[in-house]
This record gives sequence, C-alpha cells and structure tokens, in this order.
Amino acid sequence: MKIIHQTDPPWAKPRNVVMFTEIDTATLDEPVAESAAKPVWRGSTRFKGKPVNRQNKTCDARTEWVGHVRRIRDTQDQVAFAELFQHFAPRIKAFLIKSGSDATLAEECAQEVMATLWHKAHLFDPSRATVATWVFTIARNKRIDVLRKQRRPEPQDLWWGPEAEPEQEDVLVLQQETAQLRSAIAALPEAQRQLIEKAYFGDLSHREIASQTGLPLGTIKSRIRLALDRLRHAMN
Amino acid sequence: MSNEIKHHLTDDLLMAYSAGTLPEAFDLMVATHLSLCDHCRARAESFDAVGGCVLQEQDAYVSMSDSSLAATMALIAQGAPALKDARPSCSILPAPLQDYVGGDVNAIKWKPVGMGVKQAILPTTNEATARLLFIPAGAAVPDHSHNGIELTMVLQGAFSDELDHFARGDVEIADQDVHHTPTADVSSDCICLAVTDAPLKFSKLMPRLFQPFLRI
Repeated sequence: MKIIHQTDPPWAKPRNVVMFTEIDTATLDEPVAESAAKPVWRGSTRFKGKPVNRQNKTCDARTEWVGHVRRIRDTQDQVAFAELFQHFAPRIKAFLIKSGSDATLAEECAQEVMATLWHKAHLFDPSRATVATWVFTIARNKRIDVLRKQRRPEPQDLWWGPEAEPEQEDVLVLQQETAQLRSAIAALPEAQRQLIEKAYFGDLSHREIASQTGLPLGTIKSRIRLALDRLRHAMN
Repeated sequence: MSNEIKHHLTDDLLMAYSAGTLPEAFDLMVATHLSLCDHCRARAESFDAVGGCVLQEQDAYVSMSDSSLAATMALIAQGAPALKDARPSCSILPAPLQDYVGGDVNAIKWKPVGMGVKQAILPTTNEATARLLFIPAGAAVPDHSHNGIELTMVLQGAFSDELDHFARGDVEIADQDVHHTPTADVSSDCICLAVTDAPLKFSKLMPRLFQPFLRI
C-alpha cells in the first residue's frame, strides 16, 4: 500500500486537517460517530486480507485515535476524550464482562481505565502500539487488579519524554501492520479465533493455547523492536 | 542494552503475560526480564497487539450508562497517580523488582539458608513463589530437580550449570526433566530472581532439610 504522509507530526496540526492519506481508504481525520446499535465484528462483513469495514468507507487502522491521544496529552482536549470514550469504553466494559465481571463492576472499571488513559496519555507510543492495543493493556491490568486481586508487575516504562517524538512513518507502518493483524485474526477459522479470544479474556491457561495459530506477528515484532532501538537512542 | 542476553523467555510465557493469565510471581519474572531485554519486550508487545485486536472486535456490544462520561471526568479531576521515572538507571534491580523489594539490592532483607547462600522471598500470591537468591562467588546451589517449572534470571554476576552459562538478563527455564547444580562464577557474587510454581525436589538428604526454610 502506498503511503503519503506530511512532514509535520499529526498532533501538530489543527483539528480537521487531513493527517494521513492512504490510497484505497477514506480520509481518517474525521472521527466517525459511533451508534450504540452499530454491529461490531464479523457476521457477513469479514473479508480475508482486507480491512474489515472497507465497505462502509472507514479504515480499521483508525490512525486518528493517535491524534486524539495526542490532543489529550497536549491540550487536555475533552472533545477528543469524549470521542475516545464513546468508542472504547463499551468495548472495555464488554471485555471485562466476558472476563467474568458483573456489569456494575465492569462499568466502574471501564471508567477507571478511561481515566488512566487520560492520565497516561504522555506515555502512549504510537510507534509501538495502536490506541486499541494500549487500551487493552490498561484494561487487562485493571482486570488482574480487580478480578484476580493481584498486583500486576509491568516492565519499566519507556517513553520519548518532552523533547522527542517517534518518526511519523514508524507510527503509520505500525498502525497499518496492526490493522493487517486484525484482518488476519478475523480471517481465521472460527475455532482458532475463539481460542485466541478466550485466551485474551483470561479463560484459558497458556498451556491450552497451542502454537498461537500461526498469526503474522513477525513484522509487528520487528517494527516494535526498531521503535525500541530508536527510543533507546533518543533516551541516551 | 540487551545485546548480550542469550537466554530469553518462551512465546508461551510472553503470550500468557500479555493475556494476563500468569501467577503474580511469573508476571514479576517477565516484567523484570522485559525491563532488561528489548528483544522480548518487542515480542511481548506484539502479543499485546493481538489483545488490542480482540478488544476492538467483540461481537457483543455493551453500552455504558448515560452518566458514565461525566463520572469519568470527575474521576480524572481527582488527579493523576504518581508516575515513576522512565529513564534508565544504573540500579541492579530493574524497576518492577524494586517495587517489591522497596529499593535496590541494599534494601533486600536476606535470610541465610546455609553454605553462604541467602534468599529473600518476595510477597506474591501463593500459586507460585518468587525469591531473590544470593550465591557467593564460586558457590553452588544444592543439586535439585523440579516438580513444576523453575525460571531463574541473573541480575548480578553469572552462574553455570550442567547445561549452559547465564549472565545478567539471561533466564534459565528448568522443568521436571532438568536436574542441575547452578554454580556462581568465581569473579563475583551472583544475585538471581527465581520463580517456581511447585516445590523443588532436592537430590541429597542434607539439602532436603533446608527445604522448609527455602520454601521452594
């Protein structure tokens, strides 16, 4: 896929300016309003190797969420936060319910996860994770803390600090590769896909997940490794 | 910083860490290793990407209550939790271990377990045990095998056993088929983080007496 990108980082731009343009996809700058009734996931909408929502002109890479997190970090933008909330909070709540929480606790935890997102916006590194990946890690830690009632040791935080940013191209490529991973998971046979979901909802021990069903993680891993190398260089 | 690490974590462990299904002691091992090893950190974060996709693509949609955004803004207004320094430090214990010890190596509350070997058990849930081990230069941990899995990661110095040589950041993964006598290099005292999910089986009578003290 050909990539066209501008030299300024997207978060340096005013709102509603086109940030990234990808051939074959609609513009990504406008947040797409979510409907509570919007069906999420599969049914007849799965396309092997193609963006899942291609037919309704939104791109799964959804790189604009990156801009939203930057706006929260830089200007405490409550509009950006509300849009992120509308998209992610119901998913966090559903994730926690599937992990064994009751609805009331899941609602409370989803709010706390979103509050953590606000407070840690400066730690988000879009050259290593999509916003969805980052939200998943916060929600997972909340699940361990609240449902399993144990501490969650995390690796030492690494972030770019106030004086540096990741390369925009690194950000875009990582976001795209994660979108491809999402398509690959969607295209898996039902039984394998369910196995992965169960594993990440905390239903399975790791010994029950055999060989990870051949997911294409090699490129993402290399990309994250490169981003870490650049980050280490910037930190030293 | 991680160029010299030769012994890494397995995909199974990294995926389970990402999914959040490991006992706390194993989480501590993984978090400590990832703090030193960018190779495994990249692998772990790619498993996080799978979790991100799963989160995004759920088939059941659950709506939040009408007041939830306002309630979250009120939570945010209460202020941010304190954040740790992200800059690399010269400490021996990586940040996640320091959280359990309450400081660097000087803060470890060692208990002697015989033959110069010392240990400190760290407070985790009891499905598995995490402890720091101090092995004097040139000394050996008693010959033992395992009922379950034992992970040992070097934090200072180095050790060798019948299988290989392990230096800072290296993780030895031993299961019930491994029967080994880790011996610290003579050049310096060795400090390790060891995590087990079942008691060890010692081969000789003497060390078996230590087992209740070792709690391993």
